[in-house]
Amino acid sequence: MSKYKMHLLVCGGTGCHASASNQLLENLKKEVADKDLSGEVQVISTGCFGFCEKGPIVKIIPDNTFYTEVKPEDAPDIVAEHVIKGRQVKRLLYKDPVRKEVISDSRDMGFYKKQLRIALRNCGFINPENIDEYIAADGYEALGNVLADMTPEEATKVVMDSGLRGRGGGGFPTGLKWDIARKVEADQKYVVCNADEGDPGAFMDRSILEGDPHSVIEAMAINGYCIGADKGLVYIRAEYPLAIDRLKTALGQAREYGLLGEDILGTGFNFDIEIRYGAGAFVCGEETALIHSMEGHRGEPTFKPPFPAQSGYLGKPTNVNNVETFANIPVIYNKGAEWYASIGTEKSKGTKVFALAGKINNVGLIEVPMGTTLREVIFEIGGGIKNGKKFKAVQTGGPSGGCLTEKHLDTPIDFDNLLASGSMMGSGGMIVMDEDDCMVSVARFYLDFTVEESCGKCTPCRVGNKRLYELLDLISKGNGTHAELDKLRNLSEVIKDTSLCGLGQTSPNPVLSTMDNFWDEYLSHVDDQRCPAGQCKELIRYEVVEENCVGCTACARNCPVNCISGERKEVHFIEQSLCIKCGACFEKCKFNAISVS
Amino acid sequence: MSAIKIKLRENDLQQLKEVCKSFNNEAGELINVLHKAQGIFGYLPAEVQEVVAQELNVSVAKVYGVVTFYSFFTMVPRGKYPISVCTGTACYVRGAEKVLDEFKRILKVPVGETTPDGKFSIAGLRCVGACGLAPVVLVGDKTYGRVAPDGVKEILKEYEDQ
Repeated sequence: MSKYKMHLLVCGGTGCHASASNQLLENLKKEVADKDLSGEVQVISTGCFGFCEKGPIVKIIPDNTFYTEVKPEDAPDIVAEHVIKGRQVKRLLYKDPVRKEVISDSRDMGFYKKQLRIALRNCGFINPENIDEYIAADGYEALGNVLADMTPEEATKVVMDSGLRGRGGGGFPTGLKWDIARKVEADQKYVVCNADEGDPGAFMDRSILEGDPHSVIEAMAINGYCIGADKGLVYIRAEYPLAIDRLKTALGQAREYGLLGEDILGTGFNFDIEIRYGAGAFVCGEETALIHSMEGHRGEPTFKPPFPAQSGYLGKPTNVNNVETFANIPVIYNKGAEWYASIGTEKSKGTKVFALAGKINNVGLIEVPMGTTLREVIFEIGGGIKNGKKFKAVQTGGPSGGCLTEKHLDTPIDFDNLLASGSMMGSGGMIVMDEDDCMVSVARFYLDFTVEESCGKCTPCRVGNKRLYELLDLISKGNGTHAELDKLRNLSEVIKDTSLCGLGQTSPNPVLSTMDNFWDEYLSHVDDQRCPAGQCKELIRYEVVEENCVGCTACARNCPVNCISGERKEVHFIEQSLCIKCGACFEKCKFNAISVS
Repeated sequence: MSAIKIKLRENDLQQLKEVCKSFNNEAGELINVLHKAQGIFGYLPAEVQEVVAQELNVSVAKVYGVVTFYSFFTMVPRGKYPISVCTGTACYVRGAEKVLDEFKRILKVPVGETTPDGKFSIAGLRCVGACGLAPVVLVGDKTYGRVAPDGVKEILKEYEDQ
């Protein structure tokens, strides 16, 4: 990267892409070319910077200037002012919502200060479509060293010593998994990368594949060497077209450079990777289901043992790891197992990537050392709750996880602590909720998801979750009794105990954790037919507060069903029989003249 | 199976057979074949499934089982402008349900169906990973971020005269 004096890095992740960052990239390239600066200034599209809330992002190296919410039409200003005259474009700089000050250097932003980026080290830094940039950032060095200097046993031991645990959710020790697959004798073995990121609200794996696909390829090759496999497969969601494109490009380049294929780096080691597409089934994140799906079957899980390490893809020993797990591997070899093991807590080493989303100021992708507290993540990195509202809960672990509350905020995050708190690490989705979110309807939302995603093979999951959903629906409509609450708890426990795979064994978690932490809210729905958060449609009523209404007509104009009447400058009226409870009037009123009850 | 009966044209049939052949007619490639087939026809009617089953030498029941298992595959033709509302958790807590309700109310069709004129279809979509823009709506390949219920009319207007 040294031949250029300046680099303009434009985020090319899915979020920014959706906000026209590709047009911005083209405009910047054109401006730079028009000003005859193409020899000195490089404009590249990178992977996700993580700061999705304020995308599209443009970062300028060497001075680290961080521009947010940049539009395609801002390109001329950036080039004319910043690149040529060396003056920052003030209006595009990030403004800290709490401290109200403008911050130009990304290193000073609260969002980045507490982060330690290992799996995301190259995201937002290199051009993912250029293998040379990955190599310049120590890429493929680990593979070279492993192939030249280590036996498979020694190389596996490095991962075991690092203490790395699977980042897909289960937290199984990765080195041990490799070692089991290594020791099985077979004529053919497989390495599988699980990129079927089905947890709604989580986008870690997608960002890594979009921003740094080579790190996954390199790690899979190392894994192949360790366990004695010459074939790798990436199982990726068809909903991630950009990640698929980048991965394909990266695979082509790696083959061209002799880093995949026959006789890699002249060591006699053969390894190549194929892509398999998912087709939208959450249960396929479970490794046995994933393997069946790759074989062209319905993605139904099967009982373990046999574990994939013994009998996996096409009946052969198979090691399955998730994208983020693989992304950690090359660094572990480059910096050493001891270094990696020095980060994190006693039983959870290294860092974890989280996708922060929901009612939080800084929605985005972050990576923090294990042991960081939820408070640091939500309030320091995440910048606190949107619109100054009160924090209510954070949901971790997706549909298999639980809701954690105020009292858990100072718990250091690691695999074991989250489990002990009634949730789980999961793949790293973190959905923050505020005082306006109803926990009964959140639980119902997750059950709706589970019901749709249950593969139907075992009865507790197929039928039981449907019943849970119906009970929650009844309660959220104000028709539940204490008998339903009891049934809800009992049934949840039965489903957990008797389901075949991880999906059913964890699907009642959102119900149980909300019942444990927000019992009052359930009682309000049942005893008083009241939804304290004002979310459950059947239990709420929007009304005009007469003394506050100034007759501005904003509510009437925004009502989609025209059920609000009233003349200008006169008090308005909501016709309850027509109201669909969409809440548009409530949101549009600037005078607190609409109440929810 | 599907209520819609269609007859495949000769060149469509040929194209479909080519797809199967490009995967060596291997049963293990069923999902990849179906992805390609849906790319060609826009959906997977029974007739397409029958041909695929024959070419890959598996039962039609097996193909149907796979098609109905995965949410990405559909047996109903989508509208000219398929509308997908993200129903991931991040979008949900930022009001995606109300946005979806508004689409259903205006277009008068439930989720998973197409308007009688074949113009719009509504679907719930699993997380697209653009949570910074929640709630997210996709119309075809175009992404709309931070959609509020009262913005739904505006979006539909863009496609009115086309």
